[in-house]
Amino acid sequence: MAYSFPVEVLEHIFSFIDSDNDRNAVSLVCKSWYEIERWCRRKIFIGNCYAVTPRIMIRRFPELRSVSLKGKPHFADFNLVPEGWGGYVDPWVLAMGRAYPFLEELRLKRMVVSDEALEMVSKSFKNFKVLVLSSCEGFTTDGLASIAANCRNLRELDLRESDVEDLGGNWLSCFPESCTSLVSLNISCLGSDWSLQSLSALERLVGRSPNLRRLRLNRAVPLDKLANLLRRAPQLVELGTGTFSSELRPDVFSNLSGAFSGCKELKALSGFWDAVPSHLPAVYTICSGLTSLNLSDANIQSSDLVKLISECQNLQRLWVFDYIEDSGLEALAESCKNLQELRVFPSDPYAMEPNVTLTEQGLVAVSEGCPKLESVLYFCRQFTNNALFTIAKNRPNLTRFRLCIIEPRTPDYITLEPLDAGFGAIVQNCKELRRLSLSGLLTDRVFEHIGTHAKKLEMLSIAFAGDSDLGLYHVLSGCKSLRKLEIRDCPFGDKALLANAAKLETMRSLWMSSCLVSFEACKLLGQKMPRLNVEVIDERGPPDSRPESYPVEKLYIYRSVAGPRLDMPAFVWTMDEELALRLS
Amino acid sequence: MSVPLEHDYIGFSSEIPPMEKTSEKVKNSNVVTEDDEERRSMRATELRLGLPGSESPEKEEDKTGFVKTSFTVSSGAKRGFSDAIDDSGKWALTADADLQKNGVLFSPRCTNGEKSVVGPGMKEVPKSNQEKKPQISTANGHGVAPAAKAQVIGWPPIRSFRKNTMATNAVKKDDDLGSVCLYVKVSMDGAPYLRKVDINTYSSYLELSSALEKMFSCFTIGQFGSHGNLGRDGLSESRLIDLLHGSEYVLTYEDKDGDWMLVGDVPWEMFTDSCRRLRIMKSSDAIGLAPRAIQKCKNNN
Repeated sequence: MAYSFPVEVLEHIFSFIDSDNDRNAVSLVCKSWYEIERWCRRKIFIGNCYAVTPRIMIRRFPELRSVSLKGKPHFADFNLVPEGWGGYVDPWVLAMGRAYPFLEELRLKRMVVSDEALEMVSKSFKNFKVLVLSSCEGFTTDGLASIAANCRNLRELDLRESDVEDLGGNWLSCFPESCTSLVSLNISCLGSDWSLQSLSALERLVGRSPNLRRLRLNRAVPLDKLANLLRRAPQLVELGTGTFSSELRPDVFSNLSGAFSGCKELKALSGFWDAVPSHLPAVYTICSGLTSLNLSDANIQSSDLVKLISECQNLQRLWVFDYIEDSGLEALAESCKNLQELRVFPSDPYAMEPNVTLTEQGLVAVSEGCPKLESVLYFCRQFTNNALFTIAKNRPNLTRFRLCIIEPRTPDYITLEPLDAGFGAIVQNCKELRRLSLSGLLTDRVFEHIGTHAKKLEMLSIAFAGDSDLGLYHVLSGCKSLRKLEIRDCPFGDKALLANAAKLETMRSLWMSSCLVSFEACKLLGQKMPRLNVEVIDERGPPDSRPESYPVEKLYIYRSVAGPRLDMPAFVWTMDEELALRLS
Repeated sequence: MSVPLEHDYIGFSSEIPPMEKTSEKVKNSNVVTEDDEERRSMRATELRLGLPGSESPEKEEDKTGFVKTSFTVSSGAKRGFSDAIDDSGKWALTADADLQKNGVLFSPRCTNGEKSVVGPGMKEVPKSNQEKKPQISTANGHGVAPAAKAQVIGWPPIRSFRKNTMATNAVKKDDDLGSVCLYVKVSMDGAPYLRKVDINTYSSYLELSSALEKMFSCFTIGQFGSHGNLGRDGLSESRLIDLLHGSEYVLTYEDKDGDWMLVGDVPWEMFTDSCRRLRIMKSSDAIGLAPRAIQKCKNNN
């Protein structure tokens, strides 16, 4: 029984248990373990900030040191969620400022962060160490200045892919001279116009940060400054360069090359804006140690890409434009036998005709040559069922497979059939598949395959696919591990949704836009499922100004113990008991 | 398989596509088995929800290979939905109280060929629910007059920051501007949040301004009340146009040099090239702008 161990012993044992799932399991053993565990939990991850309130979090876990929050749904990345939808961090920061004076880490994704919130963070938490703002927005360089000025022990400031308004000023100089604790600095999302003062502030900051391991610069940092920075930080493990182009002067090149060769710990490279191929050899000396290479901001063509990649025998992760072409991917398959993750982005997705020769062949080659390949994101213009069969056969160890055929509803270009069978092979063979994005011409059959086989699938993205409600029905009733489902422009409607209402409570969220779910069904769902927030997002005006069988524009359903949220903008309505009464 | 149809702004097609195959499937699939309900009366006392399929239904394969599910209903639950799935597979909306008030026809925008009114007491439903349902928008159904190549919002799924990188790359080539996405922020004085638009999806000032009017209409008129009348598109639009073209607001933009100019003074292509953000400003605040715009044009010529 629990009382055979003193609390201190149990706490000590629990301190070795780090994973959220294990911690949750511990808390369910018995009441006293629940109590002990909640007092000693230090880290929490909240996948949907509206699933719970700050008050509930604080009440249960009074001693947190690290909080991670996610706000907007994933499709916000593609501008499908109108601005102003929500995801504000301010109420969280306000509450945590009072409850957690010892908070050290805050990691936010797709949230709206104000300068006031940043200032509050910088002043409320005396031992604040880590701030990660991933795809966030709403703040300016003034907010960053508060963080720089007030967080004495800051270790990480990571603004990855956030939208920061640059008000000029020189926020980097707000880091006091006494600040030497930086381990990670990612400012790659900042603008491309910087003053000389900013650059020298950056140099000084890097120079006095002996623990700096990760540095991702923004485009404003010119190539001739890079060598200086590298020489001040030879201990770097990850580097994102600034702009990688300048006049080709021999002294710049040899200076740079020398600086790179001094960085013997470098494992990851990114940046390379405006890269000029003749400058690339400057990094050759460290290529053999690289495990991660991100060239998705560089307009380098296939032959130069191949030259660079063939120096990187130990590459595990490669992000690149489709300039690499099939031939480049074949070379990749030859040289990089440790490759685990490949992402190929389209260089010109809106062109009427393909600008590069990147087809299904490239991915097939990599699937054949790279036995450890498990994560794929691939944009291309054509595919075949046979290629998918081959990939599935070669790589049963795939865990993430996202294929984007650029033109919606594109069939197998040889047989002109839907790609149902091909994706079916993927889900059937790749038994550990956790994430899948579909594209191309797809009927309800593919969803039958997914429902039958994709038992470990956690996240599924569907666009322009399916024929009827059956498709959605298969997914909701079959995919046991499904947590996140996002759908756009599919003929899925009320029946499947209502018939699987209870399933929605086992998932984090469901997004459906431009589908056929009626307002009436939304109301019904909202009324019947008090632990779901059913949000109708419709910019055409109130849904009750149209007949009830009219489909809603966008629908976002998520489980929540917080009840309907109170910060909705004018174009979002929560379907709940109250609304139904008000509208009838 | 399916051919993109012509769509109007809301995304409704002007023709009903043939969907017999799927409708047949749908018809056979929704069968409530009464005996299952009785078998499950024990489970009905559990703390479950009243909607059909709220517990893992036992599945039986029927002849067509489609998995039939039996729906359970707990005693106190509103039976509206399960009633609706009757034996013949028709999905009828029950004459609930909330339907009674819906004597409203579809708005004039809906150009469905058939009568598509769903009014009170309408149990008679065509054999396939799908046929009546408005079509989803396709790649061409963005609702705005297509630019050089019609673009669907958010497709292909590429992050904005990547697009902006590509935008700068593409401009160096001789691409038509329509092939590139250019998101700019739009703020409105007095509105609590701003919006983002891709100005390359429009090909004229008229399109841009009507899109903005629709987007910001909820601020100028205030919240739509629960009276259905205000929501009628026709009425709200004309009021908004008056507001925007009348006295209250003007549309301004910040150009490459950081100057604020009135929208509409320069040719459209020049505007999209230099526009960095938009602001819907109260006319009273915009007085100083016009002369500068003209002056700048003179300087640039």
